[in-house]
Amino acid sequence: MRRIRECEESLVEPINKGEVRTPCHLYSGQEAVAAGILACFKAKDNVFGTHRSHGHFLAKGGTMRQILAEIFCRETGCAKGRGGSMHLVDPEKGMLGAAPIVGGTISLALGAALAAHIRGNKAVSAAFFGDGATGEGAIYESLNFAALHKLPMLFVCENNLYATHMPIRACRNNDCIARIAEPFNIKTFRIDGNDVLEVLKAAEEAVALCRAGKGPVFIECLTYRLRGHVGPDDAIQGIHTDIRPAEELSAWREKDPIVRFEKYLLAGQLLSLKELAAIKRKVQAEVADALAFARRSPRPAPRDLEKYVCK
Amino acid sequence: MSANRRLSYSLAINEALHQCMAADKDVFLIGQGVKSPWYVGNTAQGLLKRFGEKRVIDTPVSENAMTGAAVGAAIAGMRAVIEHPRVDFMLYAIDPIINEAANWHYMSGGRSNCPVVIWGIINRGGEQAAQHSQALHAMFAHIPGLKVVMPSTPYDAKGLMVAAIRDNNPVVFLDDRWLYRDEEAVPTKIFSVPIGKAAVRRRGKDLTIVACSYMARESVKAAAELAKQGVDAEVIDLRSVKPLDKAAILRSVKKTGRLLIADGGWKSFGISAEICAVVAEAGVKLKRPPVRLCLPDCPAPASMSLEKVYYKHCADIVKSTQKLLK
Repeated sequence: MRRIRECEESLVEPINKGEVRTPCHLYSGQEAVAAGILACFKAKDNVFGTHRSHGHFLAKGGTMRQILAEIFCRETGCAKGRGGSMHLVDPEKGMLGAAPIVGGTISLALGAALAAHIRGNKAVSAAFFGDGATGEGAIYESLNFAALHKLPMLFVCENNLYATHMPIRACRNNDCIARIAEPFNIKTFRIDGNDVLEVLKAAEEAVALCRAGKGPVFIECLTYRLRGHVGPDDAIQGIHTDIRPAEELSAWREKDPIVRFEKYLLAGQLLSLKELAAIKRKVQAEVADALAFARRSPRPAPRDLEKYVCK
Repeated sequence: MSANRRLSYSLAINEALHQCMAADKDVFLIGQGVKSPWYVGNTAQGLLKRFGEKRVIDTPVSENAMTGAAVGAAIAGMRAVIEHPRVDFMLYAIDPIINEAANWHYMSGGRSNCPVVIWGIINRGGEQAAQHSQALHAMFAHIPGLKVVMPSTPYDAKGLMVAAIRDNNPVVFLDDRWLYRDEEAVPTKIFSVPIGKAAVRRRGKDLTIVACSYMARESVKAAAELAKQGVDAEVIDLRSVKPLDKAAILRSVKKTGRLLIADGGWKSFGISAEICAVVAEAGVKLKRPPVRLCLPDCPAPASMSLEKVYYKHCADIVKSTQKLLK
């Protein structure tokens, strides 16, 4: 969680200065979801993400250098500067990809689960998506098919209460998203997505069910993004478009998943303040190194424009 | 028997699927109606019994997610064939085909790829009207990252299906129900037809007919008619719409100086326009302006009286050459 947070916050200045131009949908505030779910994943398990997938990439084992170089659109990035912030990929680590067509990767994760089902290798696949994606038809098609074949798949909805600028109640007549899986007889969790231990507990149970051939599982994580929909504060074109009430934002800041987990660690004497500070310093050094790496890396050469159209 | 064994176009596809699935356990078939001849003719016969329900998957009516699942499985390392009993139904799946599959290799910087065959069956005539009849090859050929193949013969139907399955990129495989009963000698062993290579179906010196799929078969028939009239036509069967075998087209047109393009798609912004542009850009001097015989820019009608003037066949090709030979 700390690695994700420091990565995201390190991008605020480069975005505001125009040094980073690729649209960055920062994950600050939602770290407990990626960290909790993917702590239960092995290397063979697969993940598909969305436009807001910096956290999924890092939690699935992607390196800080590769993600930041990609966000700086450099040849050394995880997608060689061809994908940018919204197409993070690391196939060797099981981060099969991310894409910003809302709901578009849910069926891709369904396919990865189908591949595991055909091969019988007990790999689990996860689709991460937001509350906005539940407006797309493909999710219902995917839920039905996954349930029909008992596929080893986690549908992980990160309900951050806003589809871009639209509050959930302006998009849905029912704000309990978990209920969409019930008609398909899918095991469902609705949990506090800012409590990493609660996420971990649900994920452990869900992954075990999938490996036992009792998938799929739907997990709705209630969470909140502390930054804008895109960019630090949704003001990239000079207009402040974040319409979320200030009191709502500050209430959610109180529920910051990292602060809460640190309190838990301190209360249980699992880690000391000193040790937490050391972790933070270490992560900040990792981020500083990766930022320097990204900045000194070359951009893709113009002569390579059409490389990678076909394999 | 093997050298001269005759096989129908549809059974040639079936044989390709059998042999590819037997050769590679990562190959699987998913799609609407793969259990039912009503949807897929005999192209899928015997597959379910031989390879089981895990690798031959009939689906709910969910084109978008089923195509996405094929794409996702391919990204996860399988070789998926997603079948659509009509090209029209595939339009629900444009997002996984165009946004995801076609772009996947590029937007991952070559780290990942998507070996999926998107198999759409063109099923026209029979008063089926506008949503059961469309041939949309030009639309798919417009998209970088997609390959588009359209076999016109049983030999190519088998060889291109094998090539499509073995290809490391998304390939749109479009076959035509009007060709399903055509028969010819097809080798029993597994073989592939190279994607991106046209075939010269008949050599001739007076004019070039460029066509694909059903219209290529009709063009071969038309060339035989023309021969009786003393006209020596060359027929280029594209086989692959994309990549387009520009060299084969240019070589022929440079020789004959006359070009007729016969396409089973609409005229405007279609492959006939693309081929004209290829010839024009290459600076080939034509003896007559090129002629395009395509579907009119009009949805497919239902009534037989309208279908008769809408669809083009051998006789229309013969007639269209008159303008070139004046």
